Amino acid sequence: MDPVGQPVITDTEHVPLGVTEPTAAPVAEIAAVRTPWREFLRKFRRQHAALVAGGFVVLLVLIAVFAPIVAPFDPESYFDYENLNARPSSKYWLGVDPLGRDIFSRLVWGARISLAAGFGSVALGAIIGTVLGLLAGYFEGWWDRIIMRICDVLFAFPGILLAIGIVAILGGGMLNVIIAVAVFSVPTFARLVRGNTLALKHLTYIEAARSIGASDSTIISRHIFPGTISAVVVYFSLRIGTSIITAASLSFLGLGAQPPTPEWGAMLNSARADMMIAPHTAMFPAIAIFLTVLAFNLLGDGLRDALDPRIERR
Amino acid sequence: MLQYIAKRLAGLVPTLIIVAIMVFMFLHLLPGDPARLAAGMDATPETVELVRKDLGLDRPLHEQFARYVTGVLRGDFGRSLRTKRPVSQEIGERFAPTFWLTVASMTWSVVFGLIIGMLSAVWRNRWPDRLGMTLAVSGISFPAFALGMVLMQIFSVQLGWLPTVGADSARHYVLPSITLGAAVAAIMARFTRSSFVDILGDDYIRTARAKGLSERIVVMKHGLRNALIPVVTMMGLQFGFLLGGSIVVEVVFNWPGLGRLLVDAVDMRDYPVIQALVLLFSLEFILINLIVDVLYGLINPVIRYR
Repeated sequence: MDPVGQPVITDTEHVPLGVTEPTAAPVAEIAAVRTPWREFLRKFRRQHAALVAGGFVVLLVLIAVFAPIVAPFDPESYFDYENLNARPSSKYWLGVDPLGRDIFSRLVWGARISLAAGFGSVALGAIIGTVLGLLAGYFEGWWDRIIMRICDVLFAFPGILLAIGIVAILGGGMLNVIIAVAVFSVPTFARLVRGNTLALKHLTYIEAARSIGASDSTIISRHIFPGTISAVVVYFSLRIGTSIITAASLSFLGLGAQPPTPEWGAMLNSARADMMIAPHTAMFPAIAIFLTVLAFNLLGDGLRDALDPRIERR
Repeated sequence: MLQYIAKRLAGLVPTLIIVAIMVFMFLHLLPGDPARLAAGMDATPETVELVRKDLGLDRPLHEQFARYVTGVLRGDFGRSLRTKRPVSQEIGERFAPTFWLTVASMTWSVVFGLIIGMLSAVWRNRWPDRLGMTLAVSGISFPAFALGMVLMQIFSVQLGWLPTVGADSARHYVLPSITLGAAVAAIMARFTRSSFVDILGDDYIRTARAKGLSERIVVMKHGLRNALIPVVTMMGLQFGFLLGGSIVVEVVFNWPGLGRLLVDAVDMRDYPVIQALVLLFSLEFILINLIVDVLYGLINPVIRYR
């Protein structure tokens, strides 16, 4: 039931994860009304690993936003030729690379790129995928057939291959990488949202909305969309980890960010040549990617456990 | 059963056609004139015209497409712009190393994934579970290229136990297959665990225990078979992931396979090779999904083939 963000999400249709009617009936106690939001907070607070991971994500975002203040040196144009390949010290916290640049400053600026690539591509994929999924699930018929056929075709390419193909067409650079990675998130979200939409649209409250004359667009946006949000949020978080890895892989292959841009994957790629003399130039970017992706995956796991109504019984 | 396979094969036709169109259009979607791309950046206008005629790029699009498809069906993918050799030959030489690497990775990652997943499910919420799941979530969070570099640094450079690059002997397969398989093993472990946890709570397991069977038989005989059903599906899907993952791993280990061929081709703008590889990779992926569906039915008698 838990294919985890990684490459392909299986039968999301059969797992209408987080399909809950948006308004759970308030139970007896008036003091603590059990709204879905409070339910979520109650369960999420028990996910200790996810809380720590969430804290780490917030920290990363702050570091990325305030990179110019956090980073002690310029990431691209500060060179210390006296200390090439220096090991970590009080001046250079994570050491110096073979060109004399401060690794810590480069990692800090690199956080901007990796987070932007992760958030940007998944957001783009989630928005397009959700709209397509709502349309396919709600209207069925031709909409459904065409949209699902497109998804099948996109699924016919292994993720990174699709991304490489798109980058080959659009050319390198981070923006194109974001687009390329977004494209392969689209079908995942489309299928997920379609499955939930199909499950939701026959529920009584949707029929009620229709019977008082609500238009299709109102029903979709006000009544069905909120019911699919929790599932989207979970996959959003799990997907970010995958997308950061894919974007970094593309840069590692030399297809994304180009040197001297302090992108983590690109940094690892240039560090390959110097593994013998300066293994720390490779180690720290690798740790940075690992911790970042780990945090998003743990956060996603925690969100899923807190939002999935079936988890309770286990 | 045969009928079902035939039906599934027929169902693939539209997807295949769209994939073929997309791959065909690839050359035309590229910015610039395809004939100029094929002729090379510093070709004279006359050469470009010659190449255009030669490749049939002056014909209407649908005619070109028909030509492309009949060529592909005969195994003719054109010539590599870089080596001037037929693309089919280039791919033929590179196929075996990638294939065996994928098989090796799949084998060990399934074995380890299943074992870790089962142990975690049996000792749920106890230390083997925590250890197994910590390993698993780390496995999916560690990018393959970084893992490959770390393993190479430790086992080849520092300890000198294993060769660094190339694919000449079985020893060469150890590090690349571990690198490629790590994420899959992690996903298999998580998936097996959750599938097992579901099954171990079922009534028939309680019955098996109640009639006095040993825990080992309950888990291995009654649990495993049913837990395997979703796991097999997952395995097939991961195969596609391995195909993609091999691209990165092959670059790290300088592996003489299809993945590195693709990266080199993208680097060199060797479009016929890119085109053929994208088509080949997606064909493999589609076929594997079909095989998985069939296997799925073989181990799950509940599914009726219609």
